[in-house]
Amino acid sequence: MNRFAYASPATVTEAAAATGLVAEAMVTFDESAVLKAGGIDLLDLLKLELLTPSVVVNLRAIKGLDAITQDAAGNVAIGAMATLSQVAEHPLVRGSYPALATAIAGAAGPQLRNVATLGGNLLQRPHCWYLRSPAHHCLRKGGGHCFAIHGENQYHAIFDNHACAIVHPSTAATALVALNAEVELHDAEGATRRLPLEDFFVGPDDDIQRENALRPREVLTAIHLRKPASGTRMAHLRQGEKAGFDWPLADVAVVLAIGPDGVCREASVVLGAAAPVPHRARAAEQALQGRHPGEAAAGDAARAALRGATPLSLNAYKLALFETLVRRAILAALA
Amino acid sequence: MTATRTEIFSAGIVEAGLGTVTREIPAGEPPPWPPNAELTWIGKDVPRLNGRDKVTGATRYTVDVRLPGMLHARFLRCPLPSAELRKLDTAAATALDGARAVIALARPGDRLRYAGQPVAAVAALSPGVAAEALAAIDAEFRPLPFVVDMDEARAPDAPLVYDEASAPKGNPSGFPAAPGLPVVGNVRGPAVVRRGDPAQGFAAADIVVEGEYRTQVQTHSCLEPHAIVADWRADGLTVYMSTQFTSGVRQELAALFGLPLNRVRVVVDGMGGGFGSKSQLGVYGRTAVELSRLAGLPVRLALDRHEEQIDAGNRPGTFQRMRLGAKRDGTLTALAIESHGTAGVALGAGIGFFAERIYTCPNFETLQHDVFVNAGPGCAMRGPGNTPGAYGLEQAIDTLSERLGLDPLALRDRIDPSKARREERRIGAERIGWSRRHKPGADPGAVKRGMGVAQSLWMSNVQTNVACEVRVLRDGSVEALSSVQDIGTGIGTVMAQVVAEVLGLRPGDITVRIGDTEFPPGGPSYGSRTTASITPPLRTAATRVLAELGREAARMLNAAPEELEAREGRIRVKSDPGRSLAFRDAAALLRTDRISAVESRADDYPGFRRRMPDAAMAHEDLGGVQFAEVAVDTETGAIRVERVVAVHDCGRPINRLLLESQVQGGVLMGVSYALLERRVMDRRTGLMVNADLEHYKLAGVHDTPEIEVVILENLQGNSATDAYGIAEPANIATAPAIANAVYNAIGVRLTSLPMTPDVVLAALGKTGRS
Ligand SMILES: Cc1cc2nc3c(=O)[nH]c(=O)nc-3n(C[C@H](O)[C@H](O)[C@H](O)COP(=O)(O)OP(=O)(O)OC[C@H]3O[C@@H](n4cnc5c(N)ncnc54)[C@H](O)[C@@H]3O)c2cc1C
Ligand code: SF4
Repeated sequence: MNRFAYASPATVTEAAAATGLVAEAMVTFDESAVLKAGGIDLLDLLKLELLTPSVVVNLRAIKGLDAITQDAAGNVAIGAMATLSQVAEHPLVRGSYPALATAIAGAAGPQLRNVATLGGNLLQRPHCWYLRSPAHHCLRKGGGHCFAIHGENQYHAIFDNHACAIVHPSTAATALVALNAEVELHDAEGATRRLPLEDFFVGPDDDIQRENALRPREVLTAIHLRKPASGTRMAHLRQGEKAGFDWPLADVAVVLAIGPDGVCREASVVLGAAAPVPHRARAAEQALQGRHPGEAAAGDAARAALRGATPLSLNAYKLALFETLVRRAILAALA
Repeated sequence: MTATRTEIFSAGIVEAGLGTVTREIPAGEPPPWPPNAELTWIGKDVPRLNGRDKVTGATRYTVDVRLPGMLHARFLRCPLPSAELRKLDTAAATALDGARAVIALARPGDRLRYAGQPVAAVAALSPGVAAEALAAIDAEFRPLPFVVDMDEARAPDAPLVYDEASAPKGNPSGFPAAPGLPVVGNVRGPAVVRRGDPAQGFAAADIVVEGEYRTQVQTHSCLEPHAIVADWRADGLTVYMSTQFTSGVRQELAALFGLPLNRVRVVVDGMGGGFGSKSQLGVYGRTAVELSRLAGLPVRLALDRHEEQIDAGNRPGTFQRMRLGAKRDGTLTALAIESHGTAGVALGAGIGFFAERIYTCPNFETLQHDVFVNAGPGCAMRGPGNTPGAYGLEQAIDTLSERLGLDPLALRDRIDPSKARREERRIGAERIGWSRRHKPGADPGAVKRGMGVAQSLWMSNVQTNVACEVRVLRDGSVEALSSVQDIGTGIGTVMAQVVAEVLGLRPGDITVRIGDTEFPPGGPSYGSRTTASITPPLRTAATRVLAELGREAARMLNAAPEELEAREGRIRVKSDPGRSLAFRDAAALLRTDRISAVESRADDYPGFRRRMPDAAMAHEDLGGVQFAEVAVDTETGAIRVERVVAVHDCGRPINRLLLESQVQGGVLMGVSYALLERRVMDRRTGLMVNADLEHYKLAGVHDTPEIEVVILENLQGNSATDAYGIAEPANIATAPAIANAVYNAIGVRLTSLPMTPDVVLAALGKTGRS
């Protein structure tokens, strides 16, 4: 770990100014300043020298960044600094977005969730063990090749894995993408922008050295969720090797809008730990839309979800696993 | 010839009915203890005396030791799995401001054989400066071909880890301990153990069962890393070390640095686990002492988690081929095992001892091989050899029972000579509800439940070079002293119980001083031998000081010393308990500030089965039977261990609460071994990719099954306490019990560890590439 200064500003704009080129810092690993939210992933990145900042800017002192609020229309905004525990336990989240509450409540472990923030969770770096090994200078670190594709890839991606086979590390993101969440970003000049979370993530084909589109001098301030239409059903399921303190081998979020006639109007099916970004299974969604969902539709959707997968040497088991989770998540949403 | 006397001991398994045994015992030994029911503290649930300190963080571990002027040391390690050291220039590191000592551990031209092998070490004013000094070392490594996978290492054209001349010969810690075996390529062996005529045995069999089993490399993953603070001074060396054997480390240090034993002191207070990996001084220990000697200042060296994973020992991975021949009634006619295992660059991957001893079989053969790979050296780990060996054999026995149409328990009743295990099977079957067990794969639905059983066997080890001291001070306070260390088992509490039982006091009244070689040598905390070794001499010593105290008290009470007993804090006349003296008042009669007795251990009364220089093996092995109940999700491949019933014996149990924690720890470690842990070596770069505790997965609180522990009281009249060990037996049976339960659940046998979802799905034919 290198030596760095520590700043603890009190407003977002101050933080954005202090960080300077935040986004670059986070994708090229050696820029001048980085933000600290819960610090869980940050500490690892510093120890591994994947980040070597001159300044670490603490976001904790900024008031109000952890608020969870609802507007008059019933939409919910979650401050980026809300801890995973706060989000998972909040009545607004549990009431309207139970799949998000479940996804978060199953992530990591209780001690971690008490410290980790939702913003930090979305912006944490992948956990590919080659990325996290200083001895392996892989493509994502600017090196010559991917060690995983012909190496130890049991935990890696089964979709979009030809260049770099990371899986996106955030379990919250699986549910948030399925809920069509938007992120709110704030820059040093005080300008804000909002964009769908799905578009915020960046896959290896677009830029192999970054996982998101955070710009220079930007801070993630909030995650916005639209009020669910009536008749919305949802579920999140995960399967890990361990029952806690572990990453999922596979996780699935399903959000279904069911009309009064019992027909599925809209469906979101998103796979986590499947691809470099949360993977929207469009074929599965189509298999559900316009149908009375049940065992048969769930089975069709589950099979459709895995179409086009390109498993690597050691992770073909994920196909069966995802198929099960997609089917069960659909049925769980309906239950 | 020492004087002896004859005594009659209660003997047998208390739960199954007691008999007696007559023993000739040394005259100085105390009389037989009755069964535990008649004793005050022995066999009772006494909470660990230092529990509060542990929970509040007051316990001082080696990593907490800070001495004035202390330097911080770090290793430069080989970054490649196989390399020639081309250059090693430490001048810039030595010249660095704040660096105080630099030593080279390899020379240019040396062959380095695994990633993580120490090359040099520095001691500096702070960890940061130490890191800078490491970076200033100019080292060049020429990459050489390597092999990290055991199967690849067995191929004829595999890169050689050693040439024949340089391959390790002896076998200090592993099994089997066979010197002088041939080395061909990377394969050393076979070590052969044979009895009877296996070929004839197979010919005589009605049924032959074959199986192949694979076990992974497991790392010790102690909570507290390997750590030492070495303080070399003109008048002697003091070492604070997280070690399983203070007096052994003292011996090693004295020999290595040419110091008299009385100038070397080794100290450990709290210890965060060892599991076999902290049994010796090790390169890290030696290095810290050498750095302290050079710098003239105390030096702290604590490995980080990455170093722990790559160079702090591991349980060898194995591949086992088993063949069992049996008669229709289950009687075994032949058992043959061929095994290959790898302890990296070290030896000791044998697995045959378990099979050699557990079942009655006239024709037996093991051919065991060590395979060298370019990975960190393995070492003993909780039940070495037997833990992987049981995984294979206990599944083969399960398969045999099914082929014979016999219940697995009934088959074992026929072939297992151990009385203790017979009783353990009976009790365990009742507890788990064995009669509910269904046919393999019989549950409908995706989640299938199953039940399995497996057995344990371990030697009843005893350290014979052991002594301890008991002191009574004139104010009535009592001390028990020994260099024995508490590696988390609670041996200090056990010692307090023994002394309290003899002196008629409470365990809390006894001050236990351990973990310091200034006290009499207490033996190692490995091989499940600590309680067996330390409690008999302790009881003898306590009996002797009591006798001395009794002489003073007898005068005061107008009684003969033999008429007295120590009970409830008083010395009293047996026939007239009203005539008594408080223990404290009796102590006040002493003519000197304190009285003391130092005792060492007598041999087991009936002798030993086998003797080594400082250790021995008792006649009867330790048993243990574990039952597991699992739920297997056949659509996700996830296995959940719901319940484990563990029934064990360890001679006379001294503290049931502590024994239960030992067994729970053993079971939990077994669950972790069965389902999660695995060292992952990248074959292309030769590096361990999960050298942390994030991707190296240990079972945690959420993975813990309900664990029910039953401890038998198995009296043998073998020593003053009749106590033996438990730590290793507790770990041996768990993984095969789970594997057998998984088979019972899904009707498909898994033959490799760990049994992760991908393995389960592949076995069920659900991955398209099993
Ligand atoms: C054993 C283990 C198991 C785990 N299992 C899971 C799991 O199952 N699912 C899962 O999702 N996660 C899991 N995690 C990861 C954990 O949830 C994340 O590390 C954590 O959420 C990160 O949040 P944080 O607030 O600590 O972020 P930090 O570490 O503080 O920040 C992470 C990164 O985001 C940047 N950043 C943070 N906040 C902002 C912001 N507001 N604006 C701009 N940049 C910002 C930081 O600069 C840093 O680069 C696990 C972790 C461990 C150790
Ligand atoms: S998967 Fe991506 S991060 Fe991992 S080794 Fe390959 S390129 Fe690097």
